[in-house]
Amino acid sequence: MSVQEVLPLNGVAAGPSGQFRADHLLVAEMVKPGSKVLDVGCGEGDLLQLLETRGIDGRGIELSREGVNRCVAKGLAVVQGDADTDLVNYPDDAFDYVILSQTLQATRQPRVVLENLLRIGRRAIVSFPNFGFWKMRLQLLIGGHMPRTENLPATWYDTANIHFCTIKDFVELCDKINVKMERSVALDLYGRPVPLNLPWWVWNMFGEQGVFLLSRGQGK
Amino acid sequence: MGSVKSIPSPAISTDDRSHEVDHPSSQVMRFGADQPLRLDCGIDLSPFQIAYQTYGELNADRSNAVLICHALTGDQHVANVHPVTGKPGWWETLVGPGRPIDPKHYFIICSNVIGGCMGSTGPASINPATGKVWGLDFPVITIPDMVRAQAMLIDRLGIDTLFAVVGGSMGGMQVLQWTAAYPARVYSALAIACSTRHSAQNIAFHELGRQAVMADPDWHNGGYADRGIHPHRGLAVARMAAHITYLSDAALHRKFGRRMQDRELPTFSFDADFQVESYLRYQGSSFVERFDANSYLYLTRAMDYFDIAADHGGVLAKAFAGIKTRFCVVSFTSDWLFPTSESRALVHALNASSARVSFAEIETDRGHDAFLLDVPEFFDISRAFLQSAGKARGLDGKGG
Repeated sequence: MSVQEVLPLNGVAAGPSGQFRADHLLVAEMVKPGSKVLDVGCGEGDLLQLLETRGIDGRGIELSREGVNRCVAKGLAVVQGDADTDLVNYPDDAFDYVILSQTLQATRQPRVVLENLLRIGRRAIVSFPNFGFWKMRLQLLIGGHMPRTENLPATWYDTANIHFCTIKDFVELCDKINVKMERSVALDLYGRPVPLNLPWWVWNMFGEQGVFLLSRGQGK
Repeated sequence: MGSVKSIPSPAISTDDRSHEVDHPSSQVMRFGADQPLRLDCGIDLSPFQIAYQTYGELNADRSNAVLICHALTGDQHVANVHPVTGKPGWWETLVGPGRPIDPKHYFIICSNVIGGCMGSTGPASINPATGKVWGLDFPVITIPDMVRAQAMLIDRLGIDTLFAVVGGSMGGMQVLQWTAAYPARVYSALAIACSTRHSAQNIAFHELGRQAVMADPDWHNGGYADRGIHPHRGLAVARMAAHITYLSDAALHRKFGRRMQDRELPTFSFDADFQVESYLRYQGSSFVERFDANSYLYLTRAMDYFDIAADHGGVLAKAFAGIKTRFCVVSFTSDWLFPTSESRALVHALNASSARVSFAEIETDRGHDAFLLDVPEFFDISRAFLQSAGKARGLDGKGG
């Protein structure tokens, strides 16, 4: 996958202000209204709520009981489940989009999960924290510690995140399993998209997180 | 060595129970010869009656009716003092003022199932053709039969669509049957600690219970009523065995451990030395005071036959195809009678059917019975689910 194939992103109301998280707004913008969406690892249902305001039929899977309870309290259709073990039970093409927002790094088998996302949904939207982000690199390089950020505050021994990757790593995985990247966006520390005319290594360095709209590649 | 003590006879005479069978202390809906109940076994049951309780008021647009489905040995007295035992309603933790299912907001209906012994027509009722107790002449009934009878009751009450159908265990089976048979009539469904089919292990336990009843010399091939007796020992044993399946090893251990009952040392007899033994004997003997042995046979059989997928070519998702009902499925971690895996299978089928479903597993060591106990997390989920469904249905501000 080369940088040139990455499509531009326009008109995203990103930023740390407002009711919804920047990456959620970006994800919501990628979903066509009226679609059916499965949010894997939906947390407390913030993204699902945002999608519902846009007329999107959303369902969720969440591992934590507290998260499920909060979602149900908001009137969302969420089931308790584990992305690693439960996705196999979902039929092919059950959803228009399957979203994995800030959850990939907490799965045991990211590759299998990714393959399942694109089996269940015609498209997948994946966002994750970029371990190639300059602050991360600096903490390891200068401090000699496993990096911790505002968004990833847990220490190495009590974190649920077990499979960190960089934007570059993720792109390589997509290539390997023949996944097509329809759109990719790196968001900086303030939730703003990193300018697209910059080279790929800049994304990998200055993107605090990556957001990718994926579809099945040729022959899938 | 002391004498071998068996299960004591019931303290309450069978008069109380037999009175409730045909003349219950609740409302009764009677269906005459013109409205038979068509049973799965091919027989038309007629006439028949359904005993039921209601709490709260039906609103003007008849959109706030909640049907509660009781479990195997429950009845219509869900939230009021039981007329035979004098104990509180069996689900007053969930149903009642200030509870998640509050009569202030909902019109709550709970009926005794067909085949029961608390006022709905069942094997303990008088067969109008003979003037004698039905006994084993009563036709075998199924969960769909129970639901069909409930639907006739709901029709009579002038309710087109139920806002919610709620139940646990056998009640949960009825909830699922309601949604599969009458999807348009169920706006939301709360199915707790249940399954879409009775497992081989569960059928095995039921068979054990039935054999205990049938082995009692007082059973007389189901004809004990004519002799004025009741196979209370067999039924109590059945209840004891069943009761173990409703609990968990951890809960039993926490409650009783190996502690002795009113003694320091073992008596070297078959008295109830252990607390857990006296507890089970008490459970058995108090059960026979309020329940009919033949009814126990019929209702366990109905659960055994239950298999929604079998009615839809073996494909569970087909049972719920295109369904609009909002589902909430709840299971408990220590429930080994209806383990979480069964709820998950249901949720997967509902997902495959594009149904709107929520599912939560609740962590508890209290076993299957947890749905009847004070488990705040379960109440929070139930309340929230009904509130959000109420909001979607325009019952704003009225949700529990």
